[in-house]
Amino acid sequence: MLEIIKQPWPWYVAGVLIGLTVPALLLVGNKSFGVSSSLRHICAACLPAKIPFFSYNWKKEIWNLFFVAGILIGGFVGAQLLSNPEPLQIAESTRTQLAALGVQDFSGLMPNDIFGVDQIFSLKGLIFMVIGGFMVGFGTRYAGGCTSGHAIMGLSNLQLPSLIATISFMIGGFISTWILLPYIFKLIA
Amino acid sequence: MIGIVEKEEFVVENPMECEAPNEQVENESVSGNLKYLVLGVLFGIVFVKAEIISWFRIQEMFRLSSFHMYGVIGTAVIVGAISVSLIKKFNIKTLAGEKVAFHPKTFNKGQIYGGLIFGLGWAITGACPGPLFAQIGSGFLAVIVTLLSAIAGTWVYGKFKYSFPH
Repeated sequence: MLEIIKQPWPWYVAGVLIGLTVPALLLVGNKSFGVSSSLRHICAACLPAKIPFFSYNWKKEIWNLFFVAGILIGGFVGAQLLSNPEPLQIAESTRTQLAALGVQDFSGLMPNDIFGVDQIFSLKGLIFMVIGGFMVGFGTRYAGGCTSGHAIMGLSNLQLPSLIATISFMIGGFISTWILLPYIFKLIA
Repeated sequence: MIGIVEKEEFVVENPMECEAPNEQVENESVSGNLKYLVLGVLFGIVFVKAEIISWFRIQEMFRLSSFHMYGVIGTAVIVGAISVSLIKKFNIKTLAGEKVAFHPKTFNKGQIYGGLIFGLGWAITGACPGPLFAQIGSGFLAVIVTLLSAIAGTWVYGKFKYSFPH
């Protein structure tokens, strides 16, 4: 059993489990599934600065912070206790394209030559962590949700605005992958 | 856990705008909130085990060289949609016996502009907000910088919200 759990889980297992998070949160405590709102609660709790957008009763939404703390712990459990001993299988075409761009480390879930701790204070860190992260936080709040709130919760509830948001996420991702990344990799080379 | 005096200090600007709202009427204690920690742990394990937190899986998705992420998100939406329709059809109540609250979303241009900006960042960082937490937990400590920057991005949006087209 543990052997099966340690292997990478197929998409249909992960998809069903993530989909079940929607009714689980609704039925356990009348909570709508969403993760990016946790970033807003952190702002509201730590630095509201009298900004109306952050002046609300974040304590009422504290479940969301418990949820993301759980995700962090789950990440630890998944990686430390249930980790797959085999190297990551990456689609050949993606691997070839990324290698051509200059990615060198294909051993783990993230390339260490970009996301290693020693890259934090480099140009790579500035682009892939600081600027990239800023766009994730700014963009999700501007859009009113992320992959969980819009693409999963919103689409599950058949909301057209969530479909529009999801399509926008995907278009942004394609532009970034095919147009921005080649420039970025030239810049950091 | 929220005192009446504390409640009065806060003015909820627009509760509908809190995108993943708590609709439970009954108050929950800190220990009551541990339920969501447990759900988060399970969710985080799925993230790692299905390799959704991998920068490479996100790249495969945007390079159309793997079905994996499309399968995950597609299946999740189908399972979520069936669940939501069953809850509505049979009026299934929460554990506390309350009616489940759903939130119709209203369209604004932010969903397009913000969505595009998030998409750009998604392909660069290889993470949406959920996987950011799981990446840190799984040992990619540099992602703490990404998370802090994402919090900064959220703050800047909140600060200048009314200057942006919606």
